[in-house]
Amino acid sequence: MSEQSLAIRKFSDLANPTRFLALSAIVWPWMAAITALFFAVGLYLCFMSVGDYQQGETVRIMYVHVPAAWLSMMCYSVMAASALGTLVWRHPLADVSAKTAAPIGACFTFIALITGSLWGKPMWGTWWVWDARLTSVFVLFLMYLGLIALNRAVDDPARAAKVSAILILVGFVNIPIIKFSVEWWNTLHQPASVIRLDGPTIDPEFLWPLLVMAIAFTLLFFTLHILAMRNEILRRRVATLRRLAARSAGYGEASR
Amino acid sequence: MSHAAYVAASYGAALLTVAGLILWVWLDGRARRRELAALEAAGIRRRSAGEAK
Repeated sequence: MSEQSLAIRKFSDLANPTRFLALSAIVWPWMAAITALFFAVGLYLCFMSVGDYQQGETVRIMYVHVPAAWLSMMCYSVMAASALGTLVWRHPLADVSAKTAAPIGACFTFIALITGSLWGKPMWGTWWVWDARLTSVFVLFLMYLGLIALNRAVDDPARAAKVSAILILVGFVNIPIIKFSVEWWNTLHQPASVIRLDGPTIDPEFLWPLLVMAIAFTLLFFTLHILAMRNEILRRRVATLRRLAARSAGYGEASR
Repeated sequence: MSHAAYVAASYGAALLTVAGLILWVWLDGRARRRELAALEAAGIRRRSAGEAK
C-alpha cells in the first residue's frame, strides 16, 4: 500500500462516525474550557484598552463585530470544504459538517450585521447603507438561511446533502466578493486594516484584544460545530433505528 | 443614545445570540440522547452496537 493511500485510509478511519463520537467526547470539554479562558482574557483586554481618539468608546464594538464577521466567512469556507468532501469523496461526515455549520454561521453573520449597525449609527450617522460590503454580508446571511431551510425541507439526508453541497459551492463566489468589496467598489465601510499584504495598520493597543477575541470566537465556532455534529450523528442514528423498528413491526404483522 | 449604550447594546446582542446558540446545541443534544436511550430501552439497537458487545 502506498504512503498516500495509507494516509487517506487513516483520515477516513478518523472520519468514521463512531470513532468521531468517541474522539470528540474527549476533545470538546477541553475546547470549551480553552474557549472560556480566551473569552475571559479577551473581554478583560476589550474593556481595559483605551478608547480611540476619534471614535471614543464605540471602538470596543470592533472587538465583537470584526471577529464575528471573520467567522461568518470562515464558517462558509468550512462548509465549502465539506461540500467538496460530499461531492468528491462522499465522505460520511462531510455532509454532517456542512449541515451543522449553517446555523452557527448564520448566528455569527447576524452578530456581525447587528453590531455593525450599532456601530454605524454613532460613527456614520446611519444604521444601514446598501454599500457593497454590507449588502454582500446580508446576502451571505440570506444564503445561510436558505441552506438551513433547504436541509429541513428535504427528508432524505443523502439527497439534501447533494443539493446543498452544489448550492454551497456556487454560493462560495460571495466570499471573495465580501473580502474585496471594500477595494473593488467605493464603500462607506472602511477597507481592511488587519489582514493586509503590508501588515496591520491598526495600533497594537487595539490589535491585541482583537486577536484574542478572534481566537476566542474561532474556538467557540469549532467547539459548537463539534457538538452540533455529534447531535446530527445521533439524530441520524435515531432515524435509522426508528426505520428498523417500523420495518420489523411490519414483518411481524405480515407474518400473522 | 450615548456611545456607551451602543457598546452595551452590541455586547448584549452578541451575548444573547451566542447564549441562544449554546442553549439550542445543548437542548438538541439532550433530546437526541434521550430518544436514543428510549429506543435502546425498547430493545431496538444498531447491529454494529450488538456486535461490539
